[in-house]
Amino acid sequence: MVVAGPTSAVPYGALRLAVPRGALLGETLDLLDRADVDTTSLRSDSRALIFDLGDLVVVTMRPSDVPTYVEAGAADLGITGKDVLVEQSDRVAYELSDLRYGHCRMVLAGRRGDTSLGESARRLGVMRIATKYPRTAENYFAETGRQVEVIEVKGSVELAPLCGLADGIVDLVATGRTLDENGLEVREEIRGCTARLIANRISQKLRGETFDALVARLEGAAP
Amino acid sequence: MIHPIPEGTRDILPDEMLELRRIEQALRETFLGAGYGEVATPALEYHAVLERGGGTRSAFRIFDETGGMLALRSDITVPIARLVQSRLNAIEPPHRLCYFGNSYRSIRPQRGQMREFMQAGIELVGGGGQEPATTEVIRVLSSALDAIGLTRAVIGLGDADLYRALMVEIGLAEPERDAILAALLKHDLVELRALVVAAGGLQEGHRRALIEIPTMRGGPEVIACAIAVGGEPVRRASDRLARTCAMLDDLGIADRVQLDLGLLRDLDYYTGVILEVYDPALGHILGGGGQYDALLGRYGPEMPATGFSLYVERLHIAQAEEERISRAEAAGPD
Repeated sequence: MVVAGPTSAVPYGALRLAVPRGALLGETLDLLDRADVDTTSLRSDSRALIFDLGDLVVVTMRPSDVPTYVEAGAADLGITGKDVLVEQSDRVAYELSDLRYGHCRMVLAGRRGDTSLGESARRLGVMRIATKYPRTAENYFAETGRQVEVIEVKGSVELAPLCGLADGIVDLVATGRTLDENGLEVREEIRGCTARLIANRISQKLRGETFDALVARLEGAAP
Repeated sequence: MIHPIPEGTRDILPDEMLELRRIEQALRETFLGAGYGEVATPALEYHAVLERGGGTRSAFRIFDETGGMLALRSDITVPIARLVQSRLNAIEPPHRLCYFGNSYRSIRPQRGQMREFMQAGIELVGGGGQEPATTEVIRVLSSALDAIGLTRAVIGLGDADLYRALMVEIGLAEPERDAILAALLKHDLVELRALVVAAGGLQEGHRRALIEIPTMRGGPEVIACAIAVGGEPVRRASDRLARTCAMLDDLGIADRVQLDLGLLRDLDYYTGVILEVYDPALGHILGGGGQYDALLGRYGPEMPATGFSLYVERLHIAQAEEERISRAEAAGPD
């Protein structure tokens, strides 16, 4: 909350909001609609990345890039998944609110009926875990007192245990269908994740009332 | 032939150096003009001596020829505390000192962070009451920002003890306080809200105060606003900040200062007022400081101390950005 006070800063321009492309985009646009943001141009099949909506500039990007832009102040506010924030916890940004959509779970999964996760831990002392979230995985196993070899992959992580690259995977699941179709099953739940609203530290300080007003609109529009 | 230098370090060529030196010179004139004498301390110190001071741990340690462990300083505030207690102990305080020099910290790869960076700052050690010291330091900081053309820069003013004191006043148990403080330090307001809601036995007003105070910022009315929400415990916890604020107002420099009840710094030697410097042209803080009464006592007799330190390279970036913006504004819309 900002209480109007005289400051010598006269910030300029519209606030910039970083919006994630990919799985969160649809629900994010619905949220913006409910917050009275005109998303027509965003919904058009345009290849544009920046949408100037007058009092707000929306920039679209990969979810994992959102903290990078927000930390640097290239975007004032951003929406991204908690999974991204946990993985990039060293980035400095305010985590303002839980927008309560995009529910998923970060899980440890292995091949259905397969014992190699436990066997590797028992006989070899380590489990090999493939993931797109290496820091999340490392922290989780460190906190639970288990030794792992984390293998970072960029693409379909389900492939890793099927080809013998890893004993299991740490990944984000929404419905669990992809796991199921690949003969994998959830072994442990690491944490639940939803979409979060984050903010640049300096924007939070200097953009005062405009900033708080937009945050209130977005929070009010959250399901 | 290209020969590498370590990541996070850089060479400075004449054009940039000229501009950096101009910034340094403008700051030096401001500091000296306000009665702050320039000092220098070695970049390399005994590790054990630096460790005493706390703060950011030194990232670089080496053994000297006798097996003694040396460390590169991670800031200049700790060395100055040592200097005051070792070299100036025969001189009656207050000591007004300023410095320019490089400090060294660890970096995360590919993040544009610097292992070696230039700091400029002042320290006011000993002497009168806390509020006069804080206002004096803020006044020098404000003139320094003007002297380098960052007239839009804002000084964030908070109190390192305010939120902690409030939690004690409200009667939260220590484990709950620690968890909430950790969430606040991470700027994770979602977790903070969840922890406050989960904490048992809180009055509604106190619960709201704990949730809302971290984002309360603005003019002097902020304090009254916070008291309206949280009542007597907030009034007691924000008392010192209110007095500082009144004094800034008397000096006519309150318009550059933004009160920020959510401000917290993670260095353990801060005990009271904390300062941060922002410019709308840059997404990172330009510097910070505050009051660190606990620090001097680690090297000798207890003495109050207040100061700030600015990141010179960031000042330079902000200056360049501000110039770019005013050029664009002067040119007008296409």
